[in-house]
Amino acid sequence: MSHRHDRALTVGSLSRVEGEGAMHVRVVDGRVSDVRLQIYEPPRFFEGFLRGRGYTEPPDITARICGICPVAYQMSACLAIEDACGVRVDDPIADLRRLLYCGEWISSHALHIFLLHAPDFLGYPSVVELARDHRAIVERGLAIKKVGNAILEAVGGRAIHPVNVRVGGFYRAPDRAEITALAAPLREALAAAVATVHWVAGFPFPDFAHDHELLALVEPGRYAVLDGAVRTDRGLAFPVRAFEEHIREEQVPHSTALHASLVGHGRYLTGPLARYALSGAWLLPEAREAADAVGLEPVCRNPFRSIVVRAVELVQAIAEALRLVDAYRPFAPAAVPVPARPGVGYGATEAPRGTLFHRYEIDENGSVTTARIIPPTSQNQAAIEDDLRRFVQARLDLDDHRLTHECEQAIRNYDPCISCATHFLDLTVERS
Amino acid sequence: MSAIRVIGVGNPYRRDDGAGPAVIAGLRRHRLPTVELAECDGEPTRLIDLWSGADLALVVDAVRSGAPPGTIHRRSLRHPSLGRAGGAASHAVDLGDAVALAAALDRLPARMLLYLVEAEDTSTGVGLTPAVGAAVAELVEEIAEEVTWHATQR
Repeated sequence: MSHRHDRALTVGSLSRVEGEGAMHVRVVDGRVSDVRLQIYEPPRFFEGFLRGRGYTEPPDITARICGICPVAYQMSACLAIEDACGVRVDDPIADLRRLLYCGEWISSHALHIFLLHAPDFLGYPSVVELARDHRAIVERGLAIKKVGNAILEAVGGRAIHPVNVRVGGFYRAPDRAEITALAAPLREALAAAVATVHWVAGFPFPDFAHDHELLALVEPGRYAVLDGAVRTDRGLAFPVRAFEEHIREEQVPHSTALHASLVGHGRYLTGPLARYALSGAWLLPEAREAADAVGLEPVCRNPFRSIVVRAVELVQAIAEALRLVDAYRPFAPAAVPVPARPGVGYGATEAPRGTLFHRYEIDENGSVTTARIIPPTSQNQAAIEDDLRRFVQARLDLDDHRLTHECEQAIRNYDPCISCATHFLDLTVERS
Repeated sequence: MSAIRVIGVGNPYRRDDGAGPAVIAGLRRHRLPTVELAECDGEPTRLIDLWSGADLALVVDAVRSGAPPGTIHRRSLRHPSLGRAGGAASHAVDLGDAVALAAALDRLPARMLLYLVEAEDTSTGVGLTPAVGAAVAELVEEIAEEVTWHATQR
């Protein structure tokens, strides 16, 4: 309790996050002395077992890292291998990739907003209780998510771990009818997503602001997903090819996920808040209007309001998918040839949770000799821990039960994907 | 639309957590004409989409309740949750929650039968432990008979 001299809070198994992890907070003499996200999912060794595999295999192998964002893994892997081989895909392939990626954003953001995060703000233990009182709203969320899944199925071949993606493009370009069938449900989802922005903007938000450096891909002229260079809100800019010179990963004893930081800058944050701050000027009109209508500031530094930014990105992804669907014409061949050539290739895309970096080195036989993957959640770990340190410090008067609940909510602000980061939650707050 | 659906829930790359998909693979070999078979990672919205509108949904999943490995727990809709196979779930809401969410949204099938196989090993890797493999073989035959019988009743 709050009157105790020493205090420890523990969340044994964090719920409503993807994967397995725990959180431990230690409070000594009224000061937060230690915050650790403990990632206890076993290290997944993907980078290790990619060695020796054929250069066309990483998109399918790395897609298995995550059931929520397999497209992000496939796309970053394709871009990195194509970079190594000196190939750039044609516009129709790039556009179909973007449509597929929109499907993943829609599905992932709808899942997080409605099923995982909204119950926190409305005082419900889970979406089940939320659905009993607000059935129409949860139905709306499921309907939006289903549209995302429909895109994944139409373009990717199936909703989980799509099978239609290959280095150089796709195995098959969908028929026009398969894609135009997505237009009507997307139009309904667009209205539902705009309504979602207004709904979440009305939630009660704790007064909290972070000062993390914000990092995202930036592609002047459009909201970056599959292209662009790396930029931060403090003026750092570098091409994707230079990410290893700027991003350092370190092992920490309490986690099987590496902690990332920016060389000379320190901790940083990637994901919706960073993308919106750096690319907000290039939102499509539907998304811009929704953000303006609820008074979303150009740079949002309250991680609890990330649910509003995520809803704006939901509008963006649906509006963009609609444009891509309307413009779609089947093309052949469905992939460009990517002959193997020895070298090193770099790829980065904006996964729903943030920037996802891949690097592959390929030898003269077309085998992968080294692989490196830096997922968003491991990049955000230091930022999440810093948020928790300051968040708990300001709320030490709360009892352990309430404080633990608020910490879990603070972690869910980042939609952490522990499965991806391993290479992530139980919460312990120890007051001693 | 009247339909019988069998849904195998789980992750085949977490050994015994793959019991559900293994039952589906076995049923595919039976080439049952009147039944829809589906594998699912357990993500609740996909589960709800899979079973809503069905006359009968048979859901196979792995669990850990402390019973001997390979034990088959048969449940009707009234007592859907036994928890999940600890350590294997990378999804955020479990089968019991998916059933509760579907109930709140009135999107349950007309009838649901749950077959929950007690898991022994849910570490990373493929393949079932012998006890779970035997339970899967038993369930394939039992469910094939069950759905064939239901199909003749329509």
